[in-house]
Amino acid sequence: MTDIPQSGATPVEPPAPKGDSLLVTDARTKRRNRSERRFKAYGIAALGVGMAFLVALLWAILSNGLTAFTQSYVQLDVPLLEEKLDKDGDRDPAKIAKVSTFGYAPLIEAGLVDLVEKTGVETELEPKALTKILSSSAAAQLRDRVLANPELIGQTVSVELLASSRVDGYLKGRVSRASLARDKNLDAEHLDLIDAWRDAGLVEKRFNWDFITGADASDSRPEQAGIGVAMLGSLFMMLVVLILSLPIGVAASIYLEEFAPQNRLTDIIEVNISNLAAVPSIVFGILGLAVFIQFMHLPQSAPLVGGLVLTLMTLPTIIISTRASLKSVPPSIRNAALGVGASKMQAVTHHVLPLAMPGILTGTILGLAQALGETAPLLLIGMVGYIATNYPDGVAEGFLSPNSAMPAQIYEWAKRADPAFYERAWGGIIVLLVFLLAMNLIAVLLRRRFERRW
Amino acid sequence: MTPSWIALIVLAIAAAGFVLARARAQAAARREARRLHSLPNYYGWTAAIYAAGPALLLLAIWLVAQPIATRSLTWPVLAAEAGENAVPSLMMADVQRLASGLDAAVATGRLTAEEARALPPEELRAAMAAQGVALGSEVTPATRDAALRWRRLSGTGDLLRGIVVIGLALAGAAWGVSRAKPDFRARNAVEQAMRGVLVSAALLAILTTVGIVLALIFNTIEFFRLYPAAEFFFGTTWSPSFGGGSELGILPLLWGTLYISIIALLVAVPIGLFAAIYLAEYAHRNVRSWAKPMLEMLAGIPTIVYGLFALLTVGPLLVEAFGRGGYLGLGWMQGGTAVMTAGLVMGIMLIPFVSSLSDDIINAVPQSLRDGSLGLGATRSETIRQVVLPAALPGIVGAVLLAASRAIGETMIVVLGAGAAARLSMNPFDAMTTVTAKIVSQLTGDADFSSPEALVAFALGMTLFVITLALNVVALWIVRRYREQYE
Repeated sequence: MTDIPQSGATPVEPPAPKGDSLLVTDARTKRRNRSERRFKAYGIAALGVGMAFLVALLWAILSNGLTAFTQSYVQLDVPLLEEKLDKDGDRDPAKIAKVSTFGYAPLIEAGLVDLVEKTGVETELEPKALTKILSSSAAAQLRDRVLANPELIGQTVSVELLASSRVDGYLKGRVSRASLARDKNLDAEHLDLIDAWRDAGLVEKRFNWDFITGADASDSRPEQAGIGVAMLGSLFMMLVVLILSLPIGVAASIYLEEFAPQNRLTDIIEVNISNLAAVPSIVFGILGLAVFIQFMHLPQSAPLVGGLVLTLMTLPTIIISTRASLKSVPPSIRNAALGVGASKMQAVTHHVLPLAMPGILTGTILGLAQALGETAPLLLIGMVGYIATNYPDGVAEGFLSPNSAMPAQIYEWAKRADPAFYERAWGGIIVLLVFLLAMNLIAVLLRRRFERRW
Repeated sequence: MTPSWIALIVLAIAAAGFVLARARAQAAARREARRLHSLPNYYGWTAAIYAAGPALLLLAIWLVAQPIATRSLTWPVLAAEAGENAVPSLMMADVQRLASGLDAAVATGRLTAEEARALPPEELRAAMAAQGVALGSEVTPATRDAALRWRRLSGTGDLLRGIVVIGLALAGAAWGVSRAKPDFRARNAVEQAMRGVLVSAALLAILTTVGIVLALIFNTIEFFRLYPAAEFFFGTTWSPSFGGGSELGILPLLWGTLYISIIALLVAVPIGLFAAIYLAEYAHRNVRSWAKPMLEMLAGIPTIVYGLFALLTVGPLLVEAFGRGGYLGLGWMQGGTAVMTAGLVMGIMLIPFVSSLSDDIINAVPQSLRDGSLGLGATRSETIRQVVLPAALPGIVGAVLLAASRAIGETMIVVLGAGAAARLSMNPFDAMTTVTAKIVSQLTGDADFSSPEALVAFALGMTLFVITLALNVVALWIVRRYREQYE
């Protein structure tokens, strides 16, 4: 240890000339004190920069994403004309179902013209152009409603229809009149109408449950896109990860910590695990593609395959944390069990494992949280690019039919051309972070509640 | 019989074996547990393990092996017809779809078993359409023959599978029950089996590595057969075109990866290191208790979030500053995606990584070194600079190397933030691309790996794996060596 200060120490300067008072700080001491303060300031600045980045990140997420949780709707009186929807008037569901969304579009147009007249706004827009205010899914929404209640036909019903993403953006302040000049989808005339209708209370923003529970929509309908189906995909993946990685991880850790003899094989396994923990996640994606899809012909884009890949990826993390919690159980517990005649296996399964369980669960939850946010391996096994529009029907379907996952869905939205999808991507991140926060919170509480200091 | 039914039957046999063996052991001991070597349940478990273990293992192997075997036995029927540029996997997919369509037609009663065998090829497509199975192309006689052969083989295979697996389970259960005598060391047998399970779980780690290496090596060799290795490693142009005639030089990608990683480390190392020094040496306990978790929150945020942050927030901000007509008036930057964008954001991501590793290492420096230095009159910063940091240096170097390996392997930030153009440029405001980003773009949504443009991704993956592995091994070696000094 004596050689350490020598390497970096500055040569000792001759002592300051005698005669000065000890109470007066000389120039050299002042310089040293200044450099001391400077050094400390660097540290504070570095910490401050780190915090500033965190705040900036959270601010970007919240300011861009919170608007995804509200959505604009237009209140409209639509005449459901009998001669358009049910020519024979016998309310036969099969015949009504034959009328496609094109049959409903003129009715909505009529409703919009009616609304323009009722609110008394002067506009030069053609009736056809008026429909740009509404989402292109408006006709389908109306059709679904009529198919559910055929007795509505013939009446004039008041419906709430999704506004188009441009109108929604205008109401949220994302789209301005200036930016519309370059946009073919909406004119300033439309916005005049929207202003008038907003004052009349016919256009309003409401909390958007469909974003949380709904399915993804195609490129042209950002106002309809939701993250619900992808959430289910993530849920099924996490189930696979939990079911596989907890038992395998615990078994591997018990072997390495309690039974493994000191030999070459054990060494190889240990080095392997610590190296696997640092392998880039995309390499696990390549592994999944080559082994599960190319070789074993498991279905592409399926949560089962995603779960298998993520299991392999999280196993090292779980093994490392499980070993730490097994190690923290003191040897006296094992010795006491062995002393009263238990076998080694009994000592471990009856005593050590229950005592280490809170730590193991904490590590597993943190590993799951890591797996939940992982995107790169999912790109390679085809969970991106798949448009998750259908809910899986049943548990087996949930594991095997193509689906997306939350981070993959966010990536998908980030890649799309329409900036209205960016709001969805940020909103999706908020949902994802809420899940991660909840999982971390559970892990912390678990640790606080059950952690034992020996 | 479906595999899940077979598994259920095997489990039922195991349960029966458990009950029988337990009862038999107890009867032999005349209801006196002291006369048994082990507790009665262990006798039951022995029988259950003998019944279920080998049978379920065989079932799993069978499930993987049967399609592969059937495929290789069916292929000769098609091989005669397969042309020069036929894709075996696609042809086999058609055969499989036809076979399963025929199975479904027979199961629903649309066709009788004889009809399914005798139907001429021309009528098959219509029959399958009626069944709701869409076939890619018109059915050729060879495809039909292959499908029939497939059905015959897999039918035989399925039957054999059921018989063999259930037979094995019965034999195992019988053997287990027959061994259930008081002298039998049932606990030892059960514990031996449990130990086997534990060892195989631990071996899975090796299996994963072997899987990674084999998957990469086989496809990389396949790639080098189609594309010269020298041009891959020393080519300076990256322009893949799926039509052929693409140039796949790795150098621009490596340069992009390196450049982005360097910028990321330039951001992360000073900030992370100084934050760690402050937290370890200066900060009050209260400050430390909230600042450290806050900083580590940055590490818990998924990389997709950083990717989006780079694409939508940092990129546009940088363009406003350095772009054409930006308020600095420099005009260096063409678009939001650039080396700088990705590097900066990746640096933010790595700050907690560097700071918590360095924090651990600084804390591991013995207090006596600090006390000695302070006692000689050094200020705290002099102590840190001249005593603590030199002592912690190997560990810090290890931490930086680990951070570098993270940066090189990072995917989402560069996919979203760095751009797609592969170029060799010195300007950090140019869009460049990396090894990981190109792996994603060459493989996404592609199930057919026969072209060099798709296979190159495996060669890129191999390069990435080797580089990060080397960095990790060196870093871990440095860290471990350093730790030994003080423990």
